[in-house]
Amino acid sequence: MDAAGTEKPSLLLKTLKPIGIIGYGAYVPRYRIPAAEIARIWKGAEGSLPVKEKAVPGLDEDVITMSVEAARNALARAGIDPQELRAVWVGSESHPYAVKPSGTVVAEAIGASTNIQSGDWEFACKAGSEALVAAMGLVGSGMGRYALAIGMDTAQGKPGDALEFTAAAGGAAFIVGPAEEALAVIEGSYSFVTDTPDFWRREGKKYPEHSQRFTGEPAYFHHITSAAQTYLEDSGTKPEDYTFAVFHQPNAKFPQRVAGMLGFKPEQIKTGLLVPEIGNTYAGSSLIGLSNVLDVAKPGDRILTVSYGSGSGSDAFGLLVTGAITERQGKALKTRDYIARRTEIDYAQYVRLRRKITME
Amino acid sequence: MEIPRHWRLKKQRYALVGEVCPHCEAKIFPPRDVCPHCSGEAKTPYQFSGQGEVYSYTVMNDAPAGFEENTPYTVAVVKLAEGPMVTAQLTDLGAEPVKIGMPVEMVTRRIRSDGNDRGMIVYGYKFRPVMQ
Amino acid sequence: MTEVVIAGIGMTPVGEHWDLSLRTLAARAILSAEKDAGGLKPQALYIGNFLGSMVSHQANLGALITDNSGLGGIESFTIEAAEASGAAALHMAYLAVSSGFVDTAMALGVEKVTDMTDGVEKILATGLDFDYEGFEGVTPAAQAALLMQRYIYQYGVGHAAFNWLPLLAHTNAVHNPNAMYRKALKPEVLQSAPPVVDPLTLYDIAPYADGAAAVILTRSGLLPKKPVQKPVRLLGSSVITDALALYDRPDPLRFEAARRSVEQACRQAGILPGDVDLFEVDDFTSIYAVLALEAAGFALPGEGTQLSERGHVPLLTMGGSKARGCPVGASGLYQVCEAVTQLRGQAGALQVPGARLAMTQSLGGPASTAVTHILKV
Repeated sequence: MDAAGTEKPSLLLKTLKPIGIIGYGAYVPRYRIPAAEIARIWKGAEGSLPVKEKAVPGLDEDVITMSVEAARNALARAGIDPQELRAVWVGSESHPYAVKPSGTVVAEAIGASTNIQSGDWEFACKAGSEALVAAMGLVGSGMGRYALAIGMDTAQGKPGDALEFTAAAGGAAFIVGPAEEALAVIEGSYSFVTDTPDFWRREGKKYPEHSQRFTGEPAYFHHITSAAQTYLEDSGTKPEDYTFAVFHQPNAKFPQRVAGMLGFKPEQIKTGLLVPEIGNTYAGSSLIGLSNVLDVAKPGDRILTVSYGSGSGSDAFGLLVTGAITERQGKALKTRDYIARRTEIDYAQYVRLRRKITME
Repeated sequence: MEIPRHWRLKKQRYALVGEVCPHCEAKIFPPRDVCPHCSGEAKTPYQFSGQGEVYSYTVMNDAPAGFEENTPYTVAVVKLAEGPMVTAQLTDLGAEPVKIGMPVEMVTRRIRSDGNDRGMIVYGYKFRPVMQ
Repeated sequence: MTEVVIAGIGMTPVGEHWDLSLRTLAARAILSAEKDAGGLKPQALYIGNFLGSMVSHQANLGALITDNSGLGGIESFTIEAAEASGAAALHMAYLAVSSGFVDTAMALGVEKVTDMTDGVEKILATGLDFDYEGFEGVTPAAQAALLMQRYIYQYGVGHAAFNWLPLLAHTNAVHNPNAMYRKALKPEVLQSAPPVVDPLTLYDIAPYADGAAAVILTRSGLLPKKPVQKPVRLLGSSVITDALALYDRPDPLRFEAARRSVEQACRQAGILPGDVDLFEVDDFTSIYAVLALEAAGFALPGEGTQLSERGHVPLLTMGGSKARGCPVGASGLYQVCEAVTQLRGQAGALQVPGARLAMTQSLGGPASTAVTHILKV
């Protein structure tokens, strides 16, 4: 109620039917380049580095192959027939094709039926959570029983640019289904969007551009806090109600600072904060943080996830973990299994793996 | 460009979909027109588990045209858990040397581009050392 | 059955014939065989060729080659069985002559590999199951490597156990005027050679080269009273196939088609493999020679590499594919021409004393096709 005593309508996106996450799965490629190795090439002095290291895809990997593996993990946890999916959606800013959907390849590879929605999503780093919110709508409206949403990236960073230290590869897949089958019930979501050009990549360009310090306060912080505060307010929850919170993580500092601004404590965000170890996986960033949280969550835990995509917008959504989580956690490889699989590479190998050497 | 050929073979390549013989129950990969065991007509799709072990392997240092970008790469004959063998590349090999008998699992990866980097990307099965 | 005899043979030197085209190589072998046969001309020409349509962009070789070689108008077409194409063409000529369909037929093996400066490996890989082997980046050498790796593992032998084969090939090729490499190898060079397709070293793989070889067949009754050359009888000719893909075989280390082809050809000839005075085995790679020797019954499975110590029938008497050079689809007819040279007693320094009975075997792929011939004077 506001000061005048009138009821303020809730801005939460609530579905007609109760829904939840019934399966999830992560993927991180095995190669890691330490930030110090990038600094060795581009900066003489050891400045403060935004992450320890970042994950780099192999030569035979891309958003499609990584999505396939994350989706297979999600299906293993969900225990459903892939033929029952009604949507296979991939959110990314590094789709292998400029024109031709990633989702069709993923759908065929995981054995989905032909009765699906399968467009690609693009909204910088929130393409994956945007797909997830759409999946909530599809399932929550009763249009379909199950929908698969994936956030996955092999992010590009211009050689020598600040983003090169963090632009990483990885992500996670989520299957949305009826709440009664869920390992975590989705309590609601809220999205906050403005036109704020802090980061972009023009058509046909290899690398993105960013607006330096403008990416902070008016972009990342304003959108995440706006989305999170509205979500908390309209869902009637407080930071202390959540066992875990996951915020988009372009570097290690931003999510920690935004957590503090919103009243979350370091231990609430610790589990979901993977950026120091794998880098910023862009469309996968907040979602892989969430998958790591789900790997260890217990029944009754509440989880708040807030993504951020440049351009700009944030999706906030709350989960309530159910008793089903315990037996499903072990049904597929965990996020940490992929993080632990690690082959360190130097800058020369990195240049090759990222196809910065032209062969013709 | 050889789009129809890649398109036609996508099921088996993306997901290791073979066949089970409706007459003698033999698991068949890749799909065939006639069962090699009982000579009956084979056409019932069967999803292989993707688990197997290395029967033999070699390293390609001098790649044929179309595979230069990934050189050197390891190719193997993999014996699938269900019985048949399949020829495929190994990927995500760590420091551990490849050994005959090593357990491997199927992953879907980029095999190559059809033509140059303007062509379609062809995806297919590879095998990696079993994780966990 | 009517007796089929080899009335003439012709070969070009094997090598990098930058200045010779496919048709000219063919014409040289054809003319040379006709001359060797005292001017005998064939009524049909069967051409063994694997790569022409891809490397030289030339198909319909029957019309091209007959027209260019002064044989215009006769029956002629290409037989393709990968590396065994030439030997398979001889089988066709054998069928044509023994059936009485023609009196005289010629088998020609011709290959021109050096018209392309790169990309030939990919073309050679068309002899594999392209959808499931070639597509994975596998080449003929890789297949041999997969087999050798497994052989070494399964039978506990070292790579060095294979070295006697290239050593023998190079030793013999020194005296073969048609050979590509006429230089003996030092054992220590072989010992220290690094793997190129692990575990295969450079010396395990026969070098692809240009070449053409031709054989004229007729029936014994049709030979002139005083033939120019001592006629060599073709007593057995067998073509057997196996699963094309290695992975489709119950035991890839058993060259089943090679075994059955020897068995069939020997039965036809009324001999046993052990009766032959020399065996031109296919040494496209050392491992193939070992597996073929085992398949032919000269050694038990897993013991083929031991033949160097145990003693063996004369092999690769003119240098084999390894040192004579491997003109791919023509190599099977080189083997036959070389065996004929031995049986006629014309092999000079390489002469196998008293050679009267010879066996040749050409393999397409890892014995996906095996062609065996038995020759006798």
